[in-house]
Amino acid sequence: MTSCFHCGLPVLEPGRHRAFLLGAERELCCVGCEAVASTIAAGGFERYYEVRTRNASRVPAPSDGPLIEEPPNGEASLILERITCGACLWLIEEVLRRTAGVREVHVNFATRRAQVAWDPAVATLAGIVAAIRGVGYDACPYEPRRQEDAERRERRTALWRVFVAAFGAMQVMMYAFPAYVDEVSADSLQVMRWASLLITLPVLFFSCQPFFAGARRELAAGAIGLETPIALGLAAGFAASAWATLTARGEVYFDSISMLAFLLLSARYAEGELRRRAVRSLDRLLTLVPRKDLAPGTSAVVAPGERFPADGVLLSGRSSADESLLTGESRAVAKRPGDAVVGGSVNLEQPVTMKVTRVGSDTQAAAIARLAERAGASKPRLVEAADRVARVLTYVVIAVAALSGLYWENVWVGVAVLVVTCPCALALSAPVVLTRAASRLLGHGALLTRASALEALERATDVVIDKTGTLTEGRLAVARATILGRLDEQACLSLAASLEATSRHPIARAFSGMETRPVEAHHAVGEGIEGRVDGRLVRIGRRDFCAALCGSSLEKDIPASVFLADESGWLAAFELEDRLRPDAVAAIARMKERVTVHLASGDREEIVEDVAGRLGIARWQGAMTPQAKHDYVERLQREGRVVAMIGDGLNDAPVLALADVSFAMGAGADAAQLRADVVLTGNSLQAVLDAFQLSRKAMSLVRQNLAWALAYNALALPLAALGHIGPWEAAIFMAASSAAVLANAARPLEIDTAWKASTSSSPSRSPSYS
Amino acid sequence: MESLYLLVPLSVALVFLIGWLFWRALESGQFDDLERPAQDVLADDDRPK
Repeated sequence: MTSCFHCGLPVLEPGRHRAFLLGAERELCCVGCEAVASTIAAGGFERYYEVRTRNASRVPAPSDGPLIEEPPNGEASLILERITCGACLWLIEEVLRRTAGVREVHVNFATRRAQVAWDPAVATLAGIVAAIRGVGYDACPYEPRRQEDAERRERRTALWRVFVAAFGAMQVMMYAFPAYVDEVSADSLQVMRWASLLITLPVLFFSCQPFFAGARRELAAGAIGLETPIALGLAAGFAASAWATLTARGEVYFDSISMLAFLLLSARYAEGELRRRAVRSLDRLLTLVPRKDLAPGTSAVVAPGERFPADGVLLSGRSSADESLLTGESRAVAKRPGDAVVGGSVNLEQPVTMKVTRVGSDTQAAAIARLAERAGASKPRLVEAADRVARVLTYVVIAVAALSGLYWENVWVGVAVLVVTCPCALALSAPVVLTRAASRLLGHGALLTRASALEALERATDVVIDKTGTLTEGRLAVARATILGRLDEQACLSLAASLEATSRHPIARAFSGMETRPVEAHHAVGEGIEGRVDGRLVRIGRRDFCAALCGSSLEKDIPASVFLADESGWLAAFELEDRLRPDAVAAIARMKERVTVHLASGDREEIVEDVAGRLGIARWQGAMTPQAKHDYVERLQREGRVVAMIGDGLNDAPVLALADVSFAMGAGADAAQLRADVVLTGNSLQAVLDAFQLSRKAMSLVRQNLAWALAYNALALPLAALGHIGPWEAAIFMAASSAAVLANAARPLEIDTAWKASTSSSPSRSPSYS
Repeated sequence: MESLYLLVPLSVALVFLIGWLFWRALESGQFDDLERPAQDVLADDDRPK
């Protein structure tokens, strides 16, 4: 099957959607991709297709986003979405540059944010966002957090620490080298020691600051971990070397400690980068709660298409809300007076009045955003094991150092023990692997909020999928049209689409992408739409609503949800269906090879049965209450199974928390309740498989590394205690053990993507320079 | 070996100078977006028209 030139998905109807790109007619998969590809070609941006390294993401059928508030000063920060590679960012920047009225654009490739400034007299923010949507991406204005400044500071400081340590270590090693290889006169040696001391000063007092702060924290908390022995080794090494330099007697370890600092700081920098990235990817949620100036208890009017400005209760008006971004529930939720509304969800149909109950940081949306802070806060049990080993090691090392110093009556033997056993390899063993694994997973659409998840993932035996919504697209599509009157299917669909084009209701999206004609429409909330198309009065909606117009009731029992009629009679009935996600079938099949898959859903039995049947899931149960799901998982666990749960976060909190490891669809998450270990940012089930695969590789690497680090210490400690280790042996030991651990951690952590080939064979060419 | 007395202090001064230069670069935001320069090379359209 040919794949879409734009997004790479299979083309189901060859010849239907095409565009002339890069000198040839190309097949495209859908209206969305066709529209975007033509815009790109028309704007002269075809170079995008040459330089991109990955396919674009699929362009959803056109729909209106929420209304955009125009900032008065003509400046905005935008979060860019659906970015797949650098070329996407290039394309966006180019498009904005050529948008009339835009004065300045700056796209940050690392953070995927854009700063735009424009002339308010010529351009509008809505127009700018529309231009970005026109080429297939989405943009969302946001208030740059105050934290963002702090984050940049933090990043710069961390990099600065690494650099100081790196350069210091390099230079100090140069000074140390002559002393190791030839006879150098005592005077020259002394000059070089002084130089080393000078350069090690900033390394120790500036770069190594985090280790000392960490050790202080550990000591204050009474829980010695990895930081204490590191700080101890560094401090002891430096103090002894400084003393030796001042008195011109004894050994110096400047090279060992600065190298140690550099290695540890680099690992820490990489970890920090990843954490900052994880936090950023949840920023989108912050954009949802725009208003801080409302006070609880006040009321606010919300127009259709606008976001609810805060959490609250509906006072008057009937409408429906799109809460998909918060809850993952993609079907509109009907809202009547007295119903709770969630800040950040979109009001779809009619203007309503709400009473504000919670604002700003108390809202659910804000609580989701806080989730990010937990990232990296917990450690896998194996890493905790490393901490325990470090604790024992610290006591042993101090005791051995003291004893050997006393026994040999030589303080330098004690110093050598402290420096050599500094658990550099131990400290590097787990974080480097876990950071790499988490970063690889993020690229595949899974955000790890707890590193401990990797360990549980590795052992998982059962996957419980909650909600059919995780398996279906959550977007209705016309599955069957039954013709009841004189008009043919094409005409009926066109009439329906014209009426539905005036609505933001999710049912309306089922008809999007078809030809429409202008229509004057009247919306009856919860009933349907009436309108005049080409002079003909037509109604679309519920059975009764249409029956009232055509004056006759429908005799046949048609299993359809949407009806179409005009004044003279019935026209058509449409059966809408929630289609399976394109990746669900393949992903479930793959999952079944490794683990037992269960479907435990609160949806109606027949829906669950249908979905389970289509996916070949043997163990399913429908109409389950949260309590029943909880019991279900508990029963599995009592049988000794390790359960991974995939849900969307809403009211599954107890079950997600109970499961050994939990996944949540990233589009939704009921903030306060969300307890997911992994957030699927790409909303793709493939990411679950990727996480399974990667967890096994990563944990085996961590285990090997811990073994290495322990073996090294077991060897170095007795040697140092026996007085066999001087400064240069210490330097070599230290480098060798760290290098062994790092080299092992650097081994490929590839995710086997061969099975995906069927859905994403790449039509994009490699960059050409001709 | 007398030259060492000059060269070693010089090298120390050089280390601090380079450190300062790097700090300037860092503060000017040069390392805030490390992905962009790599992409710019590809996106730069230098083909003959």
